[in-house]
Amino acid sequence: MAAQPSQSRTSSDHPPSSVSDIADGLRAVGYLPGESTALVSYLATKLGKPVLVEGPAGVGKTELAKSLSRYLDRRLVRLQCYEGLDEAKALYEWNYRKQLLRIQSEAADTGWSAVQDDIFSEEFLLPRPLMTAIAAEEPVVLLIDEIDKTDQEFEAMLLELLSDFQISIPELGRIEARTRPVVLLTSNNTRELTEALKRRCLYLWLDYPALEHELSIVKLHAPELSDTVARKLVEIIQMVRDLDLKKPPSIAESIDWARALLLLGADDIDADLFRETMSIIVKHRTDLDTVAERVGVQLGGLAGATGSGAR
Amino acid sequence: MPPAPAPAEGKPPGFPARLLELAEDLRAEGVAVGTSELLDAFDALGEVGWGHRLEVKESLAATLAKSSEDRRIFDLVFERFFFRAPEAEALDREVSEQDSALDAGGAELDLAQLRERIAQAIREGDDAALRDLARLAIAAFGRQGEGSGVIGVDVQRIRRALELRSADGRAREPRSVSRGDAVELPREALRRFEAHLRRELERDAIERAKRLPPSRPLNELDRALPSGPLQDLAAVHRVVAQLKRRLATQGHSTRGRRRHQQVDVRRTMRASLQTGGVPVVLKYRPRRPRRPEIYVLCDVSTSVTSASVFFLSVLHALHDNFRKMRSFVFIERISEVTEIFARERSFKAVSEAIGRDAGVADISGYTDYGRVWTEFIAQVEDDLHPRATVIVLGDARTNGRDPRADVFAQVAEKAGRTFWLNPEPRLYWNYGDSVIAAYERHCRAFECWTTGQLEEFVKALTRYDP
Repeated sequence: MAAQPSQSRTSSDHPPSSVSDIADGLRAVGYLPGESTALVSYLATKLGKPVLVEGPAGVGKTELAKSLSRYLDRRLVRLQCYEGLDEAKALYEWNYRKQLLRIQSEAADTGWSAVQDDIFSEEFLLPRPLMTAIAAEEPVVLLIDEIDKTDQEFEAMLLELLSDFQISIPELGRIEARTRPVVLLTSNNTRELTEALKRRCLYLWLDYPALEHELSIVKLHAPELSDTVARKLVEIIQMVRDLDLKKPPSIAESIDWARALLLLGADDIDADLFRETMSIIVKHRTDLDTVAERVGVQLGGLAGATGSGAR
Repeated sequence: MPPAPAPAEGKPPGFPARLLELAEDLRAEGVAVGTSELLDAFDALGEVGWGHRLEVKESLAATLAKSSEDRRIFDLVFERFFFRAPEAEALDREVSEQDSALDAGGAELDLAQLRERIAQAIREGDDAALRDLARLAIAAFGRQGEGSGVIGVDVQRIRRALELRSADGRAREPRSVSRGDAVELPREALRRFEAHLRRELERDAIERAKRLPPSRPLNELDRALPSGPLQDLAAVHRVVAQLKRRLATQGHSTRGRRRHQQVDVRRTMRASLQTGGVPVVLKYRPRRPRRPEIYVLCDVSTSVTSASVFFLSVLHALHDNFRKMRSFVFIERISEVTEIFARERSFKAVSEAIGRDAGVADISGYTDYGRVWTEFIAQVEDDLHPRATVIVLGDARTNGRDPRADVFAQVAEKAGRTFWLNPEPRLYWNYGDSVIAAYERHCRAFECWTTGQLEEFVKALTRYDP
């Protein structure tokens, strides 16, 4: 892949020099890292080791990769994993049609060996994300998303790439990385990953953020929201997370909710407003019932209590 | 926070040895730390500064602990390790904090002032001050002469004496106003203060005894036992979700040619009529996912009271994941509760409903396995088939009644696979009235009372083919 002209002014040749550097940088591109997040990102750029990011859905695992690519000014190459993903879709594939055409056009007068050498060259290779990341001229950020969705065999295939940054193609030989990509693997922890894979990675566990941290995230994404509403919103979200739900609300959902409240022009969250907008943060019918019952009542009670207190 | 002890203490040549000791400790707690992880840890430490305790800890965590469970253990071990290391050193050199100026000051402070200062330190997030205040509190409290000697009890007594209360204990009201004179603090901050108290109390105990207490391995209970059903339900759910994947992919898991789709000859021929008999378009057989069919029998008698919350949460999680599933609870007789799970979503409601009207309110309250098997087979005989899986959750304690292993054998024979999850440690099996051996001949029995063991069971499922 040829580098785009815009990338020629890349900053990737002066990598971050300290942990606070990378924390500031990530903040500047709109991602508020926790302390361990910044530290592990720093180690990843320094040591050139892949990072395995685990945590519940919607805590910003994928977003971390995107922000890193923005901050390092590197292209993001993304491989979305799913069950049945194989190397033809992840690594490379031979371009059969082009090979056929080549054979046909040269058919008569070339010797077989000449043709054979010819059709197994890089020209006939269709690079898939992993190959793209390895072969790129400029260093990239490689995101292997939801690695836990694939089979164990696929994990095993990744090992060569992750430890040595190279790919072996039987017909061509070894292709080694021209540049070291920053690799992030994300997992929702639906399956235990193999020890071999884990051993090659740094480990980062992202959890739901603490109250203050989440508050600043919400404020970053919905700056117009008033402080009191934002704080109340985050407090409610944290309360909802404590309930036993099928799908607890994630950070993405708190941001959505904040934006929705902005649109509605809300200046306080009371029981009625909560009931109406609840569907933004809770996505299961049974969860809706639970939340309405537990939080709705509490909000109502609170409104009464603070009301009487003010009087 | 006390200054990062080990780096300050050990000169660089001494530190690798320390790190190896830490790794040994971690291994003893079951975290798999390999040589390559250790090398990574050294690499990582080369990149971060020594001065910052948190950075050192996080880099070690990122390289040594590779799952959330490991991470939790790591945190505990790390604290324990770096607490003990400097203490041992201090004992060697006979350094004592006992008669520092701080403690003298503690004698003059009264509790109200102390409370005020603690609240302030928490508000400012000043960890070093918190630690000093913890010492003061212990000194002030010790003057009243109420130390019980048990650290956990003392921590709570001191906290109560200071009237420090968690702000979000009751309702999480936004910016709660303190009522009365009790100081309300964020739960997180209070927890931190308690940790300081605990640590300082331990330090005192060490100084008094002039030796380190034996290093205590982390209790299994510290780790993963789902004691509070609500908070640990999530963990059980996660494991059961894995179980589902394992069961669903079993048999038709991609092996050899089955990995590819099979051509449906009939439909291909039909389609080829359009192109004059030439099969241009291939038609494939649809892949039919295997639907696991599960029968779960769960003991809810008094002998398994402590485990039955865990079992019920397993049942609950199973119901979330499987469509074709029937569950039964039993004590003396059996009762089907599939409907209750289908109707109720919340775990609490389910357990209440089962307690109330599941019809297991038996006369004696003692398990009668023989009767249970007979009734079970009468109820489901026609539905059991070789693709079904039967899982029994129970302790196999028959209270001296006939185990009727022959009937159980019939069940096991009709079902494809039969598993037994026993909440007792293997050590107690077949002691007293436990007759698990009689049943183990017909099924696979697992020890299962933590989510970790549940995971082991799930792993074993894949390895085991009928």
